[in-house]
Amino acid sequence: MLAFSIRRLFQALLVMIVVALIAFTLFRFVGDPVNQMVGVETTPEQREALRERLGLNDAVIVQFARFILNAAQFDFGTSYQFKQPVAEMIGKRLPATLELSVVSAIFAVLVGIPMGVYTGLNRDSFLSKVFLSASLVGISLPTFFIGILLIFIFSVNLQWLPSFGRGEVVQIGWWSTGLLTWSGIKALVLPAITLGLFQMTLIMRLVRSEMLEVIRTDYIKFARARGLPNRTVNYRHALKNTLVPVITITGLQLGTIIAFAIITETVFQWPGMGLLFLQSVQNVDIPIMAAYLMLIAFLFVLINFVVDLLYFYVDPRLRTERAIK
Amino acid sequence: MKILKPFAAAAVIAALTSGGASAAELNYAFQGTLNALDPYSLNETFTLGSLGNTYEGLTRRGPDLAIQPALAESWEVVEPNRWRFHLRKGVKFHNGNDFTAEDVAFSAERVRSEGSDLTTRIGADVKVEIVDDYTVDFVLPGPNPILHYEWDTWYIMDKEWTEANSATKVTSASDTNPNYAALHANGTGPFKIESHEAGVRTVYTKNEDWWDKAEHNLDRVVFTPISSDATRIAALLSGELDMVYPVPVQDIKRVNDNAGTRALTGPELRTIFLGMDQKRDELLHSNVKGKNPFKDVRVRKAFYQAIDIEAIKDKVMRGLSTPSALMISPLLFSRSDEFERFPYDPDAAKALLAEAGYPDGFSVGMDCPNDRYVNDESICQTVAAFLARIGVKVDLNAQPKAKYFAKVLASGGYDTSFYLLGWTPGSFDSWNVLTNLHGCRDDSGAGGPFNLGGYCNPKVDELSAQILSENDPEKRDQLIYDAFKLTTEEVSHIPLHQQGLAWGVSEKVDLVQRADNQFHFRWVTKN
Repeated sequence: MLAFSIRRLFQALLVMIVVALIAFTLFRFVGDPVNQMVGVETTPEQREALRERLGLNDAVIVQFARFILNAAQFDFGTSYQFKQPVAEMIGKRLPATLELSVVSAIFAVLVGIPMGVYTGLNRDSFLSKVFLSASLVGISLPTFFIGILLIFIFSVNLQWLPSFGRGEVVQIGWWSTGLLTWSGIKALVLPAITLGLFQMTLIMRLVRSEMLEVIRTDYIKFARARGLPNRTVNYRHALKNTLVPVITITGLQLGTIIAFAIITETVFQWPGMGLLFLQSVQNVDIPIMAAYLMLIAFLFVLINFVVDLLYFYVDPRLRTERAIK
Repeated sequence: MKILKPFAAAAVIAALTSGGASAAELNYAFQGTLNALDPYSLNETFTLGSLGNTYEGLTRRGPDLAIQPALAESWEVVEPNRWRFHLRKGVKFHNGNDFTAEDVAFSAERVRSEGSDLTTRIGADVKVEIVDDYTVDFVLPGPNPILHYEWDTWYIMDKEWTEANSATKVTSASDTNPNYAALHANGTGPFKIESHEAGVRTVYTKNEDWWDKAEHNLDRVVFTPISSDATRIAALLSGELDMVYPVPVQDIKRVNDNAGTRALTGPELRTIFLGMDQKRDELLHSNVKGKNPFKDVRVRKAFYQAIDIEAIKDKVMRGLSTPSALMISPLLFSRSDEFERFPYDPDAAKALLAEAGYPDGFSVGMDCPNDRYVNDESICQTVAAFLARIGVKVDLNAQPKAKYFAKVLASGGYDTSFYLLGWTPGSFDSWNVLTNLHGCRDDSGAGGPFNLGGYCNPKVDELSAQILSENDPEKRDQLIYDAFKLTTEEVSHIPLHQQGLAWGVSEKVDLVQRADNQFHFRWVTKN
């Protein structure tokens, strides 16, 4: 177990360095940050001086080494645009993104699983067909389009929910939360649905196909033969056994949700990391881009690591195999 | 001292009823973010316009952009090279400190220091002399009639506050420690900044102790940046926001059709134009080898006459542009009505090309931004289509501004043969246009840094040197006229249009839309 963890940790470190290198190479192609940092009338000499001060004239490898050295000490530099420390800025935006991601993941699970069970059990009912058609929409429509659609229905026409922002937030230590105020909760609804819709349909389809498979197995037939009530068979025996892959997928998808929040955050002007990242791409704010990519890579590595460990814990076969060796 | 009289009236909207006394909060959004609060960090309209609600200069500009006294009550030119400013007494900064001549001298040094993006506000060789607590002299190396033209956005900072917070150095991107002045503001203006979360929201509150009589009825203003056009418009339509800008041209009708909102449109000061490389002996991006077709005025004129500017106005800009014959907004030069565009005439254009030795046209690469100006990429595509009709094949390279500017500006070695650019003279004056866009330049950009095509006529340079030091307004306008006459005849550039500005405003709100696209809360009333 310890050796396994250490090996994974080492691999994770390698992944991070590779991500940093790729990100750094990409930055050469996003444009010149200096032109975004000064007004039009700034003379070429002043621009050149600024470029020199930022160290942009150094060789890429020197810049990369400097970045890695600083990043190892959790120093991601100062944003070109906002003139604030990047670590602090991302720290401030992190709660917004995490809250949105977690709520939309919960939404996806709470809605997706019952829908999956229902469509699995009642394959030919009218409602199942409606769910399945709706899930096609959820899978095929691009996120930004769904977001704009929801805004126009629920904000502009019905005027029930706000179209942008986080509403009122409450500060608990360094964590800002919108979950404690009514306006914060209202503001969360549309973005969470937009972000979670794809995962919801994914989970629903997954649960459905797993259910269809499990119901055909022998132990379910035996359970029915034993005369257990349908409820017990469906939920205690069948559903429980479908959940292993669902938990895996959901866990892995959490990383995707956080990373994909970029688009949802932009549509709803949700003040999270994704929005910050997109703003920084437009402005070639390299320190923010680099730090964000590193953080996302780190989150993915971390989630995968935890999932691996959970496997170890959940699936007894993995442990016994090792023991036999 | 009112030199800028003949302005078209800025749009002032009739009120429904005059405002009540209850606490009024204005919520508005802009597409970009308000970054650092340091007033000398970025010379850009939105930043300076926003900070203009908190900070003030010695002068300010009214709804019609006319220069008005602000922190200076009056000024006079005591000798041709010596300007005397009489400061307003009893003005206090938001932290309670008194505003005095010390602050002006301090701000003059700070705005010219390294890292400042506003060094053009005061020349490096201008001396600032404190006469007494409320009188300051500016001693110039030579006469300069437009010394104070940009001072409405040269904001005066509190010396004591800045020094106490060790923010004397201008916030620059290469700083590793956050600068206090980038995150806090202490001005003399009508609104204080209550909180500022860069890229998220900025909250302003009314300054009860403002020296001037408040025309607005606001107690609080909340700014949110919303980059997505659809969301910004939706937030206005749903009534969550009182004002948003810019409104994309295709959404103007929607905003107007919606009950409770309207779109305010007007000409902006920015001129959109095309430029051509006239400096190199061979174009970088063309199939013509060994010579540069753009050195021939007939080719430049052919390009000019091949473009149907009215079609661009109607189809691309949906009416929200004003075709322009000059490289400066007609609002900024009194004799601009004496200039006319060369007429759209594809046959004449073809004939000119043939005369110049290109009967079958040629091909040329064109550089164009796609996220900088209103519908910039569409304009370029349309231009390319018009040029195709006279046989010129345009290879369009439209890219984001970050990449575009890196290529075409001095830092990229002026790597362009044919380009689209927009320009607003920061000083609102023709000299800025003549020197930046028309001045003869060398390869590093000295002389005319934004003259990407390298147009050069020593006579124009001579005229602009005279314009710089001519104190008599009439003579000065004549010199400007002469210079523009030359550049227009030689087709130094192809001016296209004045881009329009469009704001979306709730019916509950009354405001002033200034042609420089700055939004000032001090003229806002909300019912």
